[in-house]
Amino acid sequence: MSAFADQVFLLARRSVVRTIRQPANVVFPLVFPMLLLAVNSGGLKAETRLPGFPTKSFVAFALAVPFIQGALFATMNAGTDLARDIQTGFLSRLSLTPMRGIAVLAGQLGGVVTMGVIQATVYLSVGLAVGVRPASGALGVLVLFGFALLVSLGFGALGAFAALRTGSGEAVQSIFPAFFVFLFISSMNIPRNLIAAGWFRDLATANPVSYLIECVRSLLITGWDGQALALGFGIAAAITVVALALASWALRVRMAR
Amino acid sequence: MSFAVARAVAWRTLHNVFTHPSLLIPSLIFPLFFFTAFAGGLSRVRDVPGFDFPLGYTAFQFAFVVLQSAAFGGVFTGFGIARDFESGFARRLMLAAPNRAGIVLGYGAAALIRWLFTVAVVTGVAFAVGMKVGGSGVDLFGLYALALLLNVAALLWASGVAMRLRTMQAGPVMQMPVFLTLFFAPVYVPLSLLKGWIHAVAVVNPLTRVLEAGRGFLAGSPTDVGAAFAAALALAALFSLWAVRGLRNAESAG
Amino acid sequence: MDAIEAEHLVREFKNGPRAVDRIDLAVRSGEIYGFLGPNGAGKSTTVHMLTTLLPPTAGTARVAGYDVVHEGPQVRMRIGAALQEAALDPLLTGREHLRLQASLQAMPRNERRARAGELLARVGLSEAADRKVGGYSGGMKRRLDLALALVHRPPVLFLDEPTTGLDIQSRTALWGEVGRLAREEGVTVFLTTQYLEEADVLADRVGIIDHGRIVAEGTPAELKAQVGRPSVEAVPADPADRKLVGEILARFGEPITSAKGVAVRLREGESDLAGIVRALDADELKVEHLQLHQPSLDDVFLAKTGRSLEGEAPEEEQSARPGLAMEPA
Repeated sequence: MSAFADQVFLLARRSVVRTIRQPANVVFPLVFPMLLLAVNSGGLKAETRLPGFPTKSFVAFALAVPFIQGALFATMNAGTDLARDIQTGFLSRLSLTPMRGIAVLAGQLGGVVTMGVIQATVYLSVGLAVGVRPASGALGVLVLFGFALLVSLGFGALGAFAALRTGSGEAVQSIFPAFFVFLFISSMNIPRNLIAAGWFRDLATANPVSYLIECVRSLLITGWDGQALALGFGIAAAITVVALALASWALRVRMAR
Repeated sequence: MSFAVARAVAWRTLHNVFTHPSLLIPSLIFPLFFFTAFAGGLSRVRDVPGFDFPLGYTAFQFAFVVLQSAAFGGVFTGFGIARDFESGFARRLMLAAPNRAGIVLGYGAAALIRWLFTVAVVTGVAFAVGMKVGGSGVDLFGLYALALLLNVAALLWASGVAMRLRTMQAGPVMQMPVFLTLFFAPVYVPLSLLKGWIHAVAVVNPLTRVLEAGRGFLAGSPTDVGAAFAAALALAALFSLWAVRGLRNAESAG
Repeated sequence: MDAIEAEHLVREFKNGPRAVDRIDLAVRSGEIYGFLGPNGAGKSTTVHMLTTLLPPTAGTARVAGYDVVHEGPQVRMRIGAALQEAALDPLLTGREHLRLQASLQAMPRNERRARAGELLARVGLSEAADRKVGGYSGGMKRRLDLALALVHRPPVLFLDEPTTGLDIQSRTALWGEVGRLAREEGVTVFLTTQYLEEADVLADRVGIIDHGRIVAEGTPAELKAQVGRPSVEAVPADPADRKLVGEILARFGEPITSAKGVAVRLREGESDLAGIVRALDADELKVEHLQLHQPSLDDVFLAKTGRSLEGEAPEEEQSARPGLAMEPA
């Protein structure tokens, strides 16, 4: 293994171990989305009786949300951890070693992606247990995992960017409500074409999170929907590229100090 | 004497909240946000066969948001109590206050005033976006009275937790049961449209009665008012015992 | 009547040893009582019980004439306390703290403003009065804490390690203020400390606590007298003279261990010093260092517990003492 790969692996492992050693950081991203799923799929089941609703199973419809919500949680945890590294001087210590700065970022994101995949496994298992059968089959599940990985990477990089720019765990945490706004003002609870209020439909349409949810949803309830997949993967890839660029730039600025 | 203590504690809590936006905004934003996301995003739910609330989906969600803001207002004040215990400030209060029941009373008064501010804003926004109300002023007062009891009950619950655990880490323990109780009531559709396990849970959830009666007040056709007030009062009474025992617990822990 | 009385006071914590083990106290009105002991000895637990913050497991205590268990409100009205952690609200200013404290103590509204101003001036915080406490230094927080404890003019004041972490200047200023309170205003002060010097300088009487028990009590002079006579240590300029110097010193007392030179416990006390100097001079012995050691409160602590209270005791003294390891915090 090259020295670089070795460094990335070590830092990724540290990131995962650190997350696992803070039970709240593991339990909350797993439990809270499942609770919200239970609440909404129970309370909004009646929606399936609306003409034009795409499925008879509201759980299958709503199961797409935890995948995106879990990624948001992971983002915050990753950002907070990196900010703590800055506050405690760990990052400065690393910058005194021959380690390449990018290994720090890659290691941190490697940890985030690993946690993202673990979360996706839990969400999907819960879905299967309550009777959801992905319409796109086994291959679709693979695609779903690929998408979860990409979304974790993109949002993880956003969290890392926030941490590197502000250097403060509290500042990273304070961005959290903004993510929630994006989640709730989306097609999270109802298909966009069934949103009655025009202004809300416009906001949901302009909101990239809608397309991330709809991409997962298409794999779960529709089957192979090229447009939904293209939009979802396209937006997730765009977020990832921009966030990675921003995070690497912020890292260079911070390591140069 | 305990009144002087209560007034001092309430002043300090409100002073901090109203001079620091980071403390004020979450309790204001959450209800407005739920109102926007639910009343705006889910308004089509009124077309579900069997949805029989006469005033439209905005008013239907308004009742929930008023109750939710009351409950969360109480919980947010509970966070402040936990913070005071963690920092040791609560010990200062316990030491200075001849009568310690006044401390809980003070936090309670602060929670109430804080919620009144929130609900005034939420009500203003609701009317501004054209919410229709079927009931009279007296009916509307009924909804607020129910919410007020819920505010007290939630604060007493959260303060009981805060005084037992005495750390900010207790936040989720205060918040999660309140969140679940709120959302395991008929939030999105009337009780009659809930099916399966969620219906069974909602039927035994005391908040269901409070929420349905609150919506009845808004529509001008109050139903099961006695049961709703009884449920809210019972919650407040139950949690006042919980809070008083929490205070004793904090006292004996020093 | 004593301002503070305790009889067989006990506090046990779950799954732990007795933090306070049957202590008796009698602190007279207007007295400064120093409660001296290492970390974890039970000082703060005692203060918490006396200030009604913690119920005793057994025993009784009365403060300002009232029972701490059954008459808590009456006790609280008559005491002021600055506890170990100066628990202040970072979002309030110093002046707001004082006004809050005054209203918690039910002081009439028209008096609050004047009292706040007076106390801020007294503790030297007038200029910082309207700044948020979050930006105060450690010393400023301690001074504000003391002012808060004094708002309602309590006859009994509890100070739990009031100078821990303070620089020498702030410490001396605080000592001055505490001394003035007792002398001029007749305030009874119960002060816990782990600093020997603090107890020595400030306290009229000292109680030494270790493992929850009071092991010695009295005025600093009485306690030191209990331990014994002073000693003299001499370091010869020429190490070869060590034996001769030792023989001369031995005429004045019993030899004790010294790492660098020779030392004796004086038979007659300080008055022997002049004789020692004359004897050394007569034999033309030169000494590099000659020091008289008075017994300290640390010697008292050592004598009573077998351990030293001071972590940084001089090396030559350490060598004379068995089992010096300081109790961990």
